[in-house]
Amino acid sequence: MNAVEIEGVSQHYGNLTVLHDLHLNLGEGEVLGLFGHNGAGKTTSMKLILGLLQASSGRVQVLGRSPNDSLVRRQLGYLPENVTFYAQLSGRETLRHFARLKGAALAQVDELLEQVGLTDAMDRRVKTYSKGMRQRLGLAQALLGAPRLLLLDEPTVGLDPIATQDLYQLVDRLRQQGTSIILCSHVLPGVEAHINRAAILAHGRLQAVGSLASLREDAGLPALIRASGLQHRAQLLQRWHADGHQARSLGVDGIEVVAINGHKLDLLRELLGAGGAQDIDIHQPSLEDLYRHYMDHAQATQTGEGAR
Amino acid sequence: MNTVWNIARKELSDGLRNRWLLAISLLFAVLAVGIAWLGAAASGQLGFTSIPATIASLASLATFLVPLIALLLAYDAIVGEDEGGTLMLLLTYPLGRGQLLLGKFVGHGLILALATLIGFGCAALAIGVLVEDVELGLLAWAFGRFMLSSTLLGWVFLAMAYVLSSAVSEKSSAAGLALGVWFLFVLVFDLALLALLVLSEGKLNPELLPWLLLLNPTDVYRLINLSGFDGGGSAVGVMALGGDLPVDGRLLWLCLLLWVGAPLALAYWVFLRRAT
Repeated sequence: MNAVEIEGVSQHYGNLTVLHDLHLNLGEGEVLGLFGHNGAGKTTSMKLILGLLQASSGRVQVLGRSPNDSLVRRQLGYLPENVTFYAQLSGRETLRHFARLKGAALAQVDELLEQVGLTDAMDRRVKTYSKGMRQRLGLAQALLGAPRLLLLDEPTVGLDPIATQDLYQLVDRLRQQGTSIILCSHVLPGVEAHINRAAILAHGRLQAVGSLASLREDAGLPALIRASGLQHRAQLLQRWHADGHQARSLGVDGIEVVAINGHKLDLLRELLGAGGAQDIDIHQPSLEDLYRHYMDHAQATQTGEGAR
Repeated sequence: MNTVWNIARKELSDGLRNRWLLAISLLFAVLAVGIAWLGAAASGQLGFTSIPATIASLASLATFLVPLIALLLAYDAIVGEDEGGTLMLLLTYPLGRGQLLLGKFVGHGLILALATLIGFGCAALAIGVLVEDVELGLLAWAFGRFMLSSTLLGWVFLAMAYVLSSAVSEKSSAAGLALGVWFLFVLVFDLALLALLVLSEGKLNPELLPWLLLLNPTDVYRLINLSGFDGGGSAVGVMALGGDLPVDGRLLWLCLLLWVGAPLALAYWVFLRRAT
């Protein structure tokens, strides 16, 4: 059973269509990154999964049931974007209140506070918390009742690098325990190692979904190979140009070549054969590059449609 | 049921934390004691006069005060959570909108009930202890009825506040509308009724008019508290109409209960339609 199944969902607000025929699945124990520009439909997708919105058409199933089912909600954790709490309650009181509402054991409250590093501040009012502390309290709130499905909307906003790293480690740990996670984010660097698949939304349409490897293949973005310390750079450049590769010299004895899919290993072999190569650096297209690629693509389609 | 209580419990502890409960109780106690002993000062007397006079003065004061307090307590119940960002989070929890609303009502309702009981109850105790040869039975009956009806009146306006709070998208508009509701039921309605009475020059069916009082919960409340005493000479203004009302007390209570239930149901209906 998939943790989330979205089948052919469209969502309209009046004349405005914010989601076009979305198909998206999330398997058990899978981490899906959901990326897109502002207004791409990320929040709408989240709200559909949370049962806060009723899809205009199509079908949404969460943990095999309707998203409104209270059994589903008991097993679901949600960290909203820019989470806020009751300012006059302390962190501990806040968490206890939400634990009661969720039917989670109160003993879990102190554990979670420790896990997110708020033990020292738990008796202070939330009013005095920094943004990062509020975010961590929000995370603890989402983890109440050991959810099987976790929705994290911009979880790293306001977190310092160490707290961000801690968060990603937590995500890894939860994934190993079988929790399914959807992670919405603007911050692309650093996230790629912690997701199984990425989904890229633009203008209410799903542009691409898949593992990073399959997205790279699909996008056909080249890798960049850089090396330095070459003894016969001119020869190598000449040969590559003759073979139709894009190559250029870099610094005193360096070289850079664009490796389009399938040529990477050949180029590397030739580079190593040329002798003297040190410091070889292969730059794979990153999530950011992929994101940019699909965004440009979406933009082009959009303008193309507009022109017609 | 547990969920409702969990929401109510937070409202109740908020009421204790920000000292609303204490403040309202104190206000009620001071006013009640003040009116009991100084109420007759205008007629040149000082000290406790009689139970009916005290209850009548208290009721006309509570008519102004209780709705205002209830509206203040509850106007931001829904829209405040929304502006604070917690409403969306709450709605992803395993609780229905009805449970959330009912929880708020139980919490706020308990605060009002407790404040009424403590505030006016203390005043009743003071009268019972300090005033000589007061009829304790009558005192308990009149104050009990007064406290119960005051609580119900407060609940009516809590429910109305939830309607406003569920309908608007900003806290300030809820506050403005709450003041409007207070004005309408506490001041405008009676004036409009009197104006209608004068302008119609008797053409209006005189048997119909007293029934119109039931359309205003504050009038129902005053009718409840003014009835049952011998020689109800203290009825003034539109209340004089109430004397003609061929209904007994139980109907008035039922009417007040309806005034709690109907806005509460309306609030639920509006809240269900609120977009998140």
